[in-house]
Amino acid sequence: MYAQMIKSEATQDDPEKLAAFQARIDAGEKIEPKDWMPEGYRKTLIRQIGQHAHSEIVGQLPEGNWITRAPTLERKAILLAKVQDEAGHGLYLYCAAETLGVSRDEITEMLLDGRMKYSSIFNYPTLNWADIGAVGWLVDGAAIMNQVPLQRTSFGPYSRAMIRICKEESFHQRQGYDAIRKMAEGTPEQKKMAQDALNRLWYPSLMMFGPSDKDSVHSAQSMKWKIKMNTNDELRQKFVDQTVPQAEYLGLTVPDENLKWNEERGHYDYTDPDWSEFFDVIQGNGPCNVDRLADRNKAWDDGAWVRDGLLAHAKKKAARQHAAE
Amino acid sequence: MTRDDAFAQFLLRMGDNTLILGHRVSEWCGHAPVLEEDIALANTALDLIGQTQMWLGLAGEVQGQGKSADDLAFLRDAWDFRNVLLCEVPNGDFGRTLMRQFLFDAWHSIQLGRLMKSSDERVAAIAEKASKEVAYHLERSADTVVGLGDGTEESHRRMQEALDYLWPYVGEMFQSDEADAEMVKAGIAPDPASLREEYDALISRILSDATLTIPDSSFAHKGGRTGAMHTEHLGHLLTQMQWLQRAYPGAKW
Ligand SMILES: [Fe+2]
Ligand SMILES: [Fe+2]
Repeated sequence: MYAQMIKSEATQDDPEKLAAFQARIDAGEKIEPKDWMPEGYRKTLIRQIGQHAHSEIVGQLPEGNWITRAPTLERKAILLAKVQDEAGHGLYLYCAAETLGVSRDEITEMLLDGRMKYSSIFNYPTLNWADIGAVGWLVDGAAIMNQVPLQRTSFGPYSRAMIRICKEESFHQRQGYDAIRKMAEGTPEQKKMAQDALNRLWYPSLMMFGPSDKDSVHSAQSMKWKIKMNTNDELRQKFVDQTVPQAEYLGLTVPDENLKWNEERGHYDYTDPDWSEFFDVIQGNGPCNVDRLADRNKAWDDGAWVRDGLLAHAKKKAARQHAAE
Repeated sequence: MTRDDAFAQFLLRMGDNTLILGHRVSEWCGHAPVLEEDIALANTALDLIGQTQMWLGLAGEVQGQGKSADDLAFLRDAWDFRNVLLCEVPNGDFGRTLMRQFLFDAWHSIQLGRLMKSSDERVAAIAEKASKEVAYHLERSADTVVGLGDGTEESHRRMQEALDYLWPYVGEMFQSDEADAEMVKAGIAPDPASLREEYDALISRILSDATLTIPDSSFAHKGGRTGAMHTEHLGHLLTQMQWLQRAYPGAKW
């Protein structure tokens, strides 16, 4: 889940219009950009889609960290293709946000100066090659959990972006699982890398779904508007249930002593992540927050002359064409 | 030099160019000036790595010592690399990266066009596949060079600096030796020098649209395509690229 703790905006619109809007949503209709919508709906969506888009963009960094060290040509190609997909996801999502009246430059500035967030997961480092497999397996896996239901979200452009993105995310997850399987079945050192990756990334992956339902105060309105489809704990449980047997198949140990199948519930019991760590990361104190933002800011600042140059050229070209007509 | 030795040398030259340049371009991942450029750079790197798999795969086959493309990429030392120096110079700013790409793409597209008529079917097939990708690389890098050359005062200055820095690395692409003569004789590949006229015409047109001036010097650094003397940069690149394979020999990834 790339959007965490999205605050829904209270809304002060005409009650009649609101009721008609809610009726459309309840009837399963899609809301399109030109339709009337409550200001709170629009603002909440900008925040959620923006956070998702920023996550795709910042998410390039921990994976890009291994592109130049990928161990085979094929792995390098797979990783390049994945990171390219993620940048493409960012692009679709920024376009979806633009339909709500916020330009890509505006929303980018909000990421760069810290007004908007991205998923906490990308503030964790990738330290060995198995992390690349683990990211595909766990991080893309967790993202899919959330994004598959969002294909049915009420906002048309967001729903369509999700449909396109989900296909690629499942592909990433399969490739990630394949990469970590190679490691888990490999030499003792490779197996150690795979276990180390799971040890470090397990709880941060669980955090991707956001705080516990009991502490999640913004969900009700978003669920009513169908921009959030399931509660955080529902999705987290689903993720644990899906992932534990996969870890077992790999011969890897999930770092949770309390993990066990609960026959009565039909689910695994598991330990929640350390929420104080989660809030630290959200506040900017994760292991990589400062570096990630500095990287994005540097890319943006260093690229200013390129953006200006290309824009100036486009204007000159248009002027020349105009003069020739 | 036997014909197979010359053939293997030629294939290493093709594959090492795409490997080393693909690696350099991939260093940009997540750091480009705009999202569209991040996507385009990753795409270029991906194409080049794909081409590497084909060229080095065939090189291993022709050498006949059971070496895979990965063995050749990850287990040779700098002196065995045969890429031109242009491909290994550091990225510099975005302007230098794109100028390097353009100067290489222009050569690459002409070279692949000739190789499509190679007497060796395998070479012709790789060239055919690669030439479609490279036509797109060239279109993009040429457009960007024109856009930035004829953009703002700053972008113009940076592009001219990039061209001045890279120009001495252009000539090596057209130098030839015994192995090239052998390839010409076998009808496998053209004489590198024979590409120069078409190349000069192509880059003159684009660089003039870009309002940039080609330096008035024909001096050319050399030593990459023969392996006699690479830059200091190649060793660092290989240190990073080959690290896992070197640290954990024999592991399957
Ligand atoms: Fe994605
Ligand atoms: Fe993904």
